[in-house]
This record gives sequence, C-alpha cells and structure tokens, in this order.
Amino acid sequence: MAIEAEEVQQIAHLARIRIDEEAVSGYARDLNGILEFVEQMGSVDTDGVEPMAHPWDAVQRLRPDEVTEPNRRDHYQSGAPAVEAGLYLVPRVVE
Amino acid sequence: MHQKTVAEVSAALHAGEISSRELTDALLHRIEQFDPGLNSLITVTAEQARAAADAADARLRSGEAGPLTGVPLIHKDIFCTDGVATTCGSRMLESFQAPYDATVVRRLADAGAVMLGKANMDEFAMGSSNETSYFGPVRNPWDLDAVPGGSSGGSAAAVAARLAPAATGTDTGGSIRQPAALSGICGLKPTYGRVSRYGMVAFASSLDQAGPFARTAEDLALLLGGMAGLDERDSTSVDHVVPDYSESLNRSIKGLRIGVPREFFGEGLDADVRSRVEAALQVLEGEGAELVEVQLPNMELALPAYYVIAPAEASSNLARYDGVRFGHRCAQPQDLEDLYKRSRAEGFGDEVQRRILVGTYALSAGYYDAYYRKAQQVRRLVSEDFRQALEQVDVLAGPTSPTPAFGLGERADDPVQMYLSDIYTLGVNLAGLPGLSVPAGFSRGRPVGLQLIGGYFDEARLLNVGHKYQQVTDWHKQVPEGFE
Repeated sequence: MAIEAEEVQQIAHLARIRIDEEAVSGYARDLNGILEFVEQMGSVDTDGVEPMAHPWDAVQRLRPDEVTEPNRRDHYQSGAPAVEAGLYLVPRVVE
Repeated sequence: MHQKTVAEVSAALHAGEISSRELTDALLHRIEQFDPGLNSLITVTAEQARAAADAADARLRSGEAGPLTGVPLIHKDIFCTDGVATTCGSRMLESFQAPYDATVVRRLADAGAVMLGKANMDEFAMGSSNETSYFGPVRNPWDLDAVPGGSSGGSAAAVAARLAPAATGTDTGGSIRQPAALSGICGLKPTYGRVSRYGMVAFASSLDQAGPFARTAEDLALLLGGMAGLDERDSTSVDHVVPDYSESLNRSIKGLRIGVPREFFGEGLDADVRSRVEAALQVLEGEGAELVEVQLPNMELALPAYYVIAPAEASSNLARYDGVRFGHRCAQPQDLEDLYKRSRAEGFGDEVQRRILVGTYALSAGYYDAYYRKAQQVRRLVSEDFRQALEQVDVLAGPTSPTPAFGLGERADDPVQMYLSDIYTLGVNLAGLPGLSVPAGFSRGRPVGLQLIGGYFDEARLLNVGHKYQQVTDWHKQVPEGFE
C-alpha cells in the first residue's frame, strides 16, 4: 500500500497541517518506510483476537453529575492568541 | 553535597546537617555552571525554588516534614506547572503557561519537594534521543558527543550530571527506562494507572505513564510513594493501595524466579550490552535468584504495533493544537483552514508531523482495519505473552536498550532506525506493566542498563530486586568525568 505524493497532501489536509510541495516526496518516503515496517504485523494471524484498547480493558469510571470546578474562564483564556469579551477570535468564517 | 542521593539528602535534612535552602542554592549554582554544556533544562525556576526551600526548612524545623520535604528535583517539561512555562519541547507551546499544576507536580510539591526547573525532552515526547526538541539536543554527561536517550533525555542527563538527585519523566514506549539506561541512572515506569496523568501533556493516552528518575532504586521507592495513587481527575488512574515501597527494599531475593526472555537476546543486541546484562543476571543469581528461560513469541511485533497505536492516539490528542485556544498561532491567517494548517505546520517539528500523518492515515477510512484494529489485536497477543511468562516467574529481566548511547546525529535521518532503540521497552507499555532500568556497567565509556519487568502493581518487587543488585554492585556510584 505505497503512499503517492497526492495522497500525502490528502492525509496532511485531514490532519490540518500545511506541507510545502518540495517536502512532499520526503514525507512520502518516510511514511512508506514506516508503513513497510509496520506491515510486519501481517505475518501473524489475528483472526478472532479481541482488539485491546486499554491495559485493563477498563471502562470509564463514573462520578456524580455535580459541578465541582469554579468558573475560571478569564484565567484559562489568558494564554489564548486572541480573545474578546470571553470569546476566542478566528478569521471570519461567515460572510 | 550534590553527590548525595535522595535518601542521603533526606537524612541530612532531617538531622539538620544541611538546610534545603543551602542545598537548593548549591544545585542552582551547579546548574548555572554545567547546564550550558548539557542543555538538560528548558526553564530554571530559581526564585520559586528558593521560596519552596525556605518553606521546606520551616516544615523541617516544625517537625512536620516527610521524606521528600526539602528534596530538590526537576520536572520533565511535559508536566503542567501553574505560572511556569510548560513547553513540551515544542515551538507550539513555547510561550504556554499552564493555568494549573499536574497532579504529579502538585503531590510532590505538597510533600515538600523543591522544583529546580523543567527538563528538556523530545518534542511532545516523540523521540528516543532528545534530538527532536525545539530547544535543541541534550548531551550525555558520560560522553558529550552522545545522546542521553529520550524522550525524557533532559531529566536523565540532569540526574546523571548531579544537577539534582531526582527528576520526573514519562514513558510511552520506553521514554523513562531507555534514557535512564543510556545515561547510567535508575528509572521506573510504573503500572499503567499507578500515577495520575492529569496535567501531563498527552501523547498516547493508553500507553503514557509518569515515573521517577534517581541514582538508586531506594530513591525511586521514596519518589514513587510521593507520586502514586488514585486521582479523581484522571479516569484511568487506578484505585489500588499504595504500599510503602521502602519497606520491602531489603527483602531477600533468595528463590526469586527471574525469567529471561530468549527474544531479548537475539539479533540486533550489541555484544557488549549482552555481556554486561548477562553479568548482571549472574549477580542476581549469586544473590539466590533462579534464572529461568522464558519466551515472548510475539515480541518482535510489539514495535510495529506500537508505531501504529502511538501515532494514531497522538494524531487524535494533538488535534487540540489549533492555533485558537492556546499555543502557537501563525501570522495573518487568510481563513480558518489556513489558520489551522499554518499554525500546526509552524508549531510542530518534523517528527511530530510525521507521526500525526502516520496516525491520521492509520485511522482514515479504508485503512482502519488493516492498521489500527490489527495493531490492537497484536497488542493483545503481546500482552498475553507477558501474562503467560509472568505466570511462570516473578519478574523478567533483560537489556533495557539494544545498544549503549549512540552519537548525536547518528540516527536522526532514519526514523525506523531510531525506533529500534525501544525494541525491549515498548512491549511493556502495550501490556501496561511496570518496568525498571538500573545501571549495569559500561561499554566504551557509555552506560548500559538492566531492565526488570514485573506483574501489574508489582513495583515494590522490582525496586526490591533493583536495590539488592545495587547493594552488591557499584555502577550507580560511578560519576561521569567532569561532574564529580
């Protein structure tokens, strides 16, 4: 399953990372190297093996639905690149 | 003073032989003197350290001090620290100040430990050499042309250079044990869930675990006691009793069954590393332990499975860095998509981008079953191997890393070569087991580590074995030249 140049750009788009055209072939080479190596997994039969997502196969611990944290919006937003009136600012998305 | 271990520092503080302030000032001076040549720290918190030391001294005088009160240490820069920069080794977080403390930071501070600074690391903990840090590589105190290992390379180098008696780290695929081995100190990766991940910048959430670095297993016991335990803020932290890890250190290991996995001694293992580790196993045998050959038949598949699972989880975790809420934002974005794409392209380094792309691909429509699901199935097989092996024996032992520290730049161009450095450590993360690395000698002047792996929550036994080994060896007492 070798990755072609245009596919690198498609993956980069999904990941929302801009990749310059001149860097594409390098990424394609690296990704193919990693995937080739990862494909060693194909050598073992895993039919019927339950996928393991967590060391304990644990499920989320539940807690009572109570408010435990105070409102610290201003503090949390103090590190944001651009805020106004408690809102995060981004380029205009609706004309 | 800087040669003292945590246990020795603690005893001296309690006996009133030194004050935490004196010790803190001496180590801050040492950092000023030596760190420019090592680059092990990203931030030095001198002012806060002095204030914390004074508070610890007051506690010591009032008789309300615990074993870690007044003990200086360094936190990996992956742990959030309220009001102090937390960069995670990335341009993305270069000017980020966390609005809260990680639970590990909070617990150790509450115990009276004194933070001297924040340690350099591979960017977002992705690396095995500390060369992916935006803040530059770290040098290995044993050989300044060699890497200290990674991703917790700064933590390991700082403790090896005697800039602090202890440090914290995180281990997703070997990032505590491998740098401990390459830097000639001790490092413990606890059982998954043993230590809270709250406030620890996430890399691969089903694998990440925090743990301590120090020069002795005895010190790790004290540190783990201060870090471990249930945290309501981390839903994956486990409600399991935290024993007194120091209490069992001196227990005899006569009759202890040590499994030696055949797969840990195969192709790719450096001949010197092999002979040092075999010698270490003989030392343990001399202490009465019984060596038993065991097998981990799916061991070689741990590496490929890991390099699907970890990037997949990373691609999801790192989606939060969007240039909107915190972290780096590109200049003059054209529109929202441009904002996301350029902020992330500028904020993340090459290796982080590579792993995000691999993870995104593995999770994308049409490839999920072939990569991610397959990797999770392999993960179960690897985990089952460990379970079966640990049914026959008490602990497993082998090398921590297949080679001693490699040269700076030597593997930087080939991601897969770099990944091989963690071949003996990352299976332990897939299974969620605890692992310990202790110094076991040298190869051409560069340290070699012995890895011990235990059953779930069996950290006390690992520390016991490590301590008994250190009672009859002196590798951990060697000091890198120039750092006496």
